[in-house]
This record gives sequence, structure tokens and C-alpha cells, in this order.
Amino acid sequence: MSANLINLLIEATGQTLYMVAISTLLGTLFGLPLGTFLATSQRGELLSAPWINKVLGLVVNATRSVPFIILVVAIIPFTRLVAGTSIGTTAAIVPLTLAAVPFIARLVENAIREVDSGLIEAARAMGATPIQIIRKVLIPEALPGITLGLTLAVVSLIGYSAMVGAVGGEGLGDLGIRYGYQRFMPEVMAIVVVILIVLVQLVQSIGEWIAAKVDKRAPKGRGE
Amino acid sequence: MTERNRDAASISFEAVGKAFAKPGGGTVHALEDVSLRVEPGSITGIIGRSGAGKSTLLRMVNGLERPTSGRVLLGAHDVGTARGRALRDIRRDVGMIFQHFNLLASRTVAGNIAMPLEIAGVAKSEITARVAELVERVGLSQQANRYPAELSGGQKQRVGIARALATKPKVLLSDEATSALDPETTQTVLSLLKDINRDLGLTVLLITHEMAVVRDIASHVAVIDGGRIVEHGPTHDVFIAPKHATTRSFLSGVTGVKLPAFVKSRLQNTPSEGGEEVIRVTFFGQHATDPMLAKLTGELGIEVNILAGAVEEIGSHPFGNLLVSLPAARGEEARRYLQDHNLNTEVLGYVG
Repeated sequence: MSANLINLLIEATGQTLYMVAISTLLGTLFGLPLGTFLATSQRGELLSAPWINKVLGLVVNATRSVPFIILVVAIIPFTRLVAGTSIGTTAAIVPLTLAAVPFIARLVENAIREVDSGLIEAARAMGATPIQIIRKVLIPEALPGITLGLTLAVVSLIGYSAMVGAVGGEGLGDLGIRYGYQRFMPEVMAIVVVILIVLVQLVQSIGEWIAAKVDKRAPKGRGE
Repeated sequence: MTERNRDAASISFEAVGKAFAKPGGGTVHALEDVSLRVEPGSITGIIGRSGAGKSTLLRMVNGLERPTSGRVLLGAHDVGTARGRALRDIRRDVGMIFQHFNLLASRTVAGNIAMPLEIAGVAKSEITARVAELVERVGLSQQANRYPAELSGGQKQRVGIARALATKPKVLLSDEATSALDPETTQTVLSLLKDINRDLGLTVLLITHEMAVVRDIASHVAVIDGGRIVEHGPTHDVFIAPKHATTRSFLSGVTGVKLPAFVKSRLQNTPSEGGEEVIRVTFFGQHATDPMLAKLTGELGIEVNILAGAVEEIGSHPFGNLLVSLPAARGEEARRYLQDHNLNTEVLGYVG
């Protein structure tokens, strides 16, 4: 394999990591509060706002219904507005983030709904405000679930990032298509796939390790 | 820990009602016209079956539930109408412990106990000192940095108690706090509650479905059935002379004094010629140890047949409960004699 090709692979891996990292970060930044709100704003819940909850739920579902490749193309004007351009790796972060936010929000919502309602009651009995309950009870108690959810989101985003070649985003997927498919270099395709497998495996292992680390629900190996 | 809390508060339920709208229309009355005063510094037990409304009643004291009619007063504060800040301030005066402990799995023992203090905005240094004190008080100094998952049920409830005491409340609410514990652990948790009541002088209001819990620690008891208080008073009065059928059925569970099946199946409502009268004799305090039945036979010549019986303790006082049969013809005479000697009697029926 030529040194040129190795450089291309390294560069593409870096681009994939860059896109996934930034979109995960931004996706969490917006998805965490959104998911928390969705989990706590139904009628009679902490932040009871049933109408806003319904509307946001619809928006989240709608966004998640759109196939990613269509989303990428459909929001090109929005991408240009945000990133200044609609073409390239940085521009690809916009659709990736837009796909990540509702996905992460739902994962966070599910994790928070798993928290025992008795804990909320105990906190209310202590005189906690809704915000205190969210910060001191719901998020910390849901953290193992949220961590696993984010792991799932990162893995999905690695998959999505392979499609952004459609709007000139680079990265592993784009490299695989352009060299492996269009230039008929199956060994490039194979290497790209292997790198993706290793990346996903790594993300999954790290995610599970962190989740186990923050999970204090069951004693581990103490024989009690 | 030697500090006594700010004065213990009384709790008053004034004609409290709670109605829920049923999903299919109509209303369910969880509580109806409940009036009860819980004396400051007392340990009051509310006993009832599941669904009787006791949990709803308890949760009104810290505003987790609101009455749909009547008032709930904590000291001078009307809990039912308090909102926002005022309600949160009231809640800091009321500690609560739960059947399933409700501890945060993500926090250590110390972290859980610190929680209400953090919520109240207490300074960090103060929290550390207070938590150390509380951990000591409930005997968990060794476990302070453990997580709840590493503790036994009894230890978890101790953490719950320490947490409930953190903000130096005037009232402690106990929601079936020992129902998930084994009998031995129940005893240690109950005696801890008793010590706390004595040392800190705070009012304890507990709900339970076990008369044994009431017998062991409550100075006062209220029996709730179908959303109404059917009987209440000092525990020993209610134990000696239960007036309501629900109370009696709870008591028969705790005293374990039941009619043998062969007698029960033959029990009639009217005496028959030459038959026997079956009576329950309860006695309390010093009389519990008097050989009254022997005297009955000795002085009046009435032969008494003991069917079942036990002597146990309510608080630190002996409490006896006997089921006996004696000739129906001399029943009234025998009962008068026993009552004259401060024993309570109740006719259960007659056997031929």
C-alpha cells in the first residue's frame, strides 16, 4: 500500500473522529436538556407543561423519521446559514448534530424515566425545587443509563458520518466510496470497514466501562 | 448529639377530605371528614389496611397530597394551602422515612444524609460536621462512605432516618418504615425511632398495617378504615377496650389470642340452658400479674375454663388478654366481679 494511501486513511479517520466528536458534543449540549424536559414535563410531572411537551415530542419524532441522507440534503440552506458553507467536513457537522439532538434527547428521556419515582418523592419531601430535583436526583441517578445512551449515539453517528460524502463531507465513509467503490480498490474498502469496526468496538467498550464506573446500584465483586 | 430540636409541633387534621376523580368519571373518596390531633412530642400510629387512606393522610402533613376539603395544620401553618417557598419551608420542618428507603443509589451514605442540607443551602463545612454527627447517631460511622447497594435493609433505613433528621425537623413521618424489614431488624429500627423521639422530643407520626408496631412504640393510635378514623386514643386505652370491629381484628392479629376453632365453630349468640359463656378478659398495668381468675374460683366458686391467653407489653406496661369460658348462668356475676377489680370483659358468645 502506498504511503499516500496510508496518509489518506489517517486523514479520513481524523475527519470522522472530528465530525463525530463535535456533533456528539453539540448533540449532548442540546439533547440533554431537551430529553430532561421531555421526561419531566408531562401533565402532573415536575415541570408540568403538557402542551409544550406534546409539541416538542412531535418535532423530535418528525426529525427522527427523516432518513439521514434526506435530512442532509433537505437542510442545505440551514447548513449554509449556520456554517457559512454547505459543503465540506465542517458543514457536515450541522446535519449530524441535527440528527443527534432528538436521538440523544429520547435516550436521555428514557434513562430519566427509569429513575424510581420514590426518589423524586423523597426529594420533594425535603423541600427540593424542581431544578434541584433534576440536578441532584434525576441526572445523577440516570447517569449510567445516559452514558450507555450516549455510547449508542456515538456509534450511530459514526455510521451517519459515512453518508456525508453526499455533501462533500470527508471521512472514512467518503474514502471508502470514492476509492473502494468508484476507483475499484476493494482493499481500501476493506481497510475502511476494519477501521470502522475497531472504532465502534472501542467506543462501545469505553462507554460500557464508564457506565459501570458510575453505576453504584449493585455492589461489584464484594461478595455481600 | 445533645441538641434538642426547636419545639416539637402538633399536627391537626380538621375535617379533612380527599376526593380523586376516577378516570371513567365519578369520584373516589380516599378520606372523609377526618379529624385528628397529634400531640407535640407524641408517637402516634395510624393503622389501617392497604387502601384505607392512611398513606394519603400521612402525605398531607408535608403537602405531598392536598386535602380537597378541611385543613391540615402543622403547628400554626396551614399545609394544605401553602405553595412554593412557604411549602418548601414547611417541608424542611418535616422529616420523612419510607418503606423502600428511597435512597439515592448514586450517593454514599454520607452523601445521602447531606442531601436535605444541600437542598436547604447549608454551608459545606457545616454539612460535613452535621453529617458526621448524624452518621454517629444512627450507628453507621463505619459505613459512611459506602453506597446503599452495599448495605442491609436495616442499615438503609438508618440512613433514611439520619437523612430525615438532617434539617432538625419538628415532625418525623414514617411511611410503613419497617414493613420491608425482618422482625429483628424491625425491632432495632423501632427502638431507634423511640430513642430519637425521647432525645430530640420531636413528634413522630407513623402509618402501619401492623398492630405490633403500634404496640411497641406508639403512645397514641388512630384506626382508619374506609377513609375514616373509626377509633383513636392513647394506645393502652384502645388495646384494653377496642370499640370498633376493625380495631379488634387488628388486635387479634397482634395479641395472637384467638378462639380455638372447635369453640369458634360452636359459638352462638344466645345462651342455652346449662351452657357456657365465652368472654374475653383484658387487663393492664399492675392487675396483669394478679391471679384474678384463681380468686374468681376461690371467692365465688365459679369454675373458669381458659381457652387461650397471653400476657405481653405495651410500652413498658404488661397487658394481658385471656379468652375463658364459664357457666352462662353466673356470667353476669363473674363479669361484675372482674370489672370491679379493674379488668375489662367482653362477651364473645355462648356454647351449649
